Amino acid sequence: MTSPGTPVLEVADLRVEFRTDEGRVQAVRGVSFQLSRGEVLGIVGESGSGKSVTSLAMMGLLAGSARVSGSVRLHGTELLGASDKALSRVRGQSIAMIFQDPMTSLNPVYSIGYQVAEAIRAHHDVSRDAAATQAVQLLDAVSIPNPAQRVDNYPHELSGGMRQRVVIAIAMANSPEVIIADEPTTALDVTVQAQILDALRTAKEQTGAAMLLITHDLGVIAGQADRVLVMYAGRVVEAGTVEEIFYTPRMPYTLGLLGSQPRLDLRRQRLHPISGAPPSALNLPSGCPFAPRCPLAAPVCEAEEPPLAGAGGHLSACHFSDQLVGLEPGDLFRPVSQDTAL
Amino acid sequence: MTPQPVLEVRNLVKHFPVRGRGLVRRRGGEVHAVCDVSFDLYPQETLGLVGESGCGKTTTARVLLNLQPATAGHVHYQGTELTQLSSKAMRRLRRELQIVFQDPYAALDPRLPVNEIIAEPLRIHGLYGPSGREDVRELLRLVGLTPEHGNRFPHEFSGGQRQRIGIARALALRPKVLVLDEPVSALDVSIQAGVLNLLAELQTRLGLSYLFVSHDLSVVRHIADRVAVMYLGRIVEVATADELFSAPAHPYTQALISAIPLPDPRKERVRERIILTGDVPNPANPPSGCRFRTRCPLFAAHLTDAQRHRCTEEVPPLITHHHPAACHYTELSTLPALSGLSMATGDDLPRCARAMRGRERG
Repeated sequence: MTSPGTPVLEVADLRVEFRTDEGRVQAVRGVSFQLSRGEVLGIVGESGSGKSVTSLAMMGLLAGSARVSGSVRLHGTELLGASDKALSRVRGQSIAMIFQDPMTSLNPVYSIGYQVAEAIRAHHDVSRDAAATQAVQLLDAVSIPNPAQRVDNYPHELSGGMRQRVVIAIAMANSPEVIIADEPTTALDVTVQAQILDALRTAKEQTGAAMLLITHDLGVIAGQADRVLVMYAGRVVEAGTVEEIFYTPRMPYTLGLLGSQPRLDLRRQRLHPISGAPPSALNLPSGCPFAPRCPLAAPVCEAEEPPLAGAGGHLSACHFSDQLVGLEPGDLFRPVSQDTAL
Repeated sequence: MTPQPVLEVRNLVKHFPVRGRGLVRRRGGEVHAVCDVSFDLYPQETLGLVGESGCGKTTTARVLLNLQPATAGHVHYQGTELTQLSSKAMRRLRRELQIVFQDPYAALDPRLPVNEIIAEPLRIHGLYGPSGREDVRELLRLVGLTPEHGNRFPHEFSGGQRQRIGIARALALRPKVLVLDEPVSALDVSIQAGVLNLLAELQTRLGLSYLFVSHDLSVVRHIADRVAVMYLGRIVEVATADELFSAPAHPYTQALISAIPLPDPRKERVRERIILTGDVPNPANPPSGCRFRTRCPLFAAHLTDAQRHRCTEEVPPLITHHHPAACHYTELSTLPALSGLSMATGDDLPRCARAMRGRERG
């Protein structure tokens, strides 16, 4: 077991490229981070920012057309390029994954009890009965009512929230060291989301795992994450503690995201949208990919893509991050009445 | 003096038959999608209709536009009863009552250029005259696109732009009422904000009334003047947005508000949450009495058996205490979540809200 502080998982310069008929799609362009035991690292970004592809690449779950490079190391052991056999010992055992849609992650023709027990038996030499007993305990841990009866249910007999609990129970089954949760509550209603976030916290506390929480929801990040990576156009554009990201952002995109988020606790809030749309991963602009939408953009931004840099743990990829000190979203993103969204 | 509502919905009911899967397709009960729903929509206001999936909010919107026949109940639009209208008579009224759909990818014909998509309602209603081309160009400008966009096809646009095209099409006939069915749910947050600002601006410029159907309370808080909360086919609470979010009366509304994560780590981590147990019951077989009682924290922990009996037996009407809420025991429910949540006042009122206030005074 590792002591707190030493990274369990180290990802360095991860790149993913897809060859398509239209050309090269650079989905992930050099993502690096470390995960320590018991920590929750949030990855936030909008659709197409590369956050899900990052997690799939780490697990070796991308299709053959993907070219993955860089390094993903679990306790120093390289996972990228490892054989399928080696990877299947890691998947579900050391690294567990929770996906967005619980209906497609569960097998419709097996009972949920069988599926939880299967996850245990895949990695441990225990009897069917012992695994079944453990399955009931796990379902109980994620607050499934009457787990002893529910084990015989099939996924279609459960609601979306219950199914996601089963998926979390499966993820917990082998006390993994890393849990990757990719939009775990996006398909769920908000009252159920609150229950699932609770179950995730239980899973993390009981297993002591490090968690990678991928979501587009800034509220979920604010409540759950210790550290945050903000992704845009396949890169990490800002990294820091959750407080640094929300209260002192140093990248215009982060500031823009915060300014366009309607908030329940603000009365008569003015929204400050970011004009335009994210670039296509097919032909990224040279220089900073956010430059076409950025109010601070200068010629240097189009010439040179800024590196992810900064002091301490708070990093940002912007030539002008110093200028953002003390700015509110409205100072930078001025509302325009005729917003030509291009 | 209170203004006359543009749209009055009274005791609206919509049941869907549930049919068996076999060859005979026997009827096996009914899904009570909308059950005794009443509300008013006032001129130039935004009424938010919120609830979780399956609560009947979209069905309510579709039934009141006569896109699906109502099982019972009435919808009055400026003196006309809509539920009984022939489709021919309804077609004339569609000029004034328009809808924007959730999915901007499915709502636009992929084979038509944008000009034609926007011109279509004008042609159908015989309004595409000599100035038709210019009308379409003007509509494109109105929603923040440029006339040059008109020659392109939907697939060439991003989600936010497509939703703008959908809005331009809905506005082509100069409607008075716009039903917006989850208009920003499919959009990323940075894009969503632009569409929300556009909707607020159009409302002021064109004097529109919005029925804004959404599951996202943060968005509704931002855009709505008044909010109606639905649970399992019934409206459980109606209030102005400020009242609803600062002093929700119904236990369901309280739980719903407390479940929404705030994008603010310090506030978010000190909030007390009301976590509801269980899931929404099957609308084909809703609980007797109060439909929320199976998940209600008040029912579970704070009521006497006699009080519970009333919840089980008696459907709570929308009674006005502070504002209308359908709970027998609103006075017993409290919201811990708001105690840790101070409501900040934004610097300035959006224009639509200012217009509302002005009208209330006048």
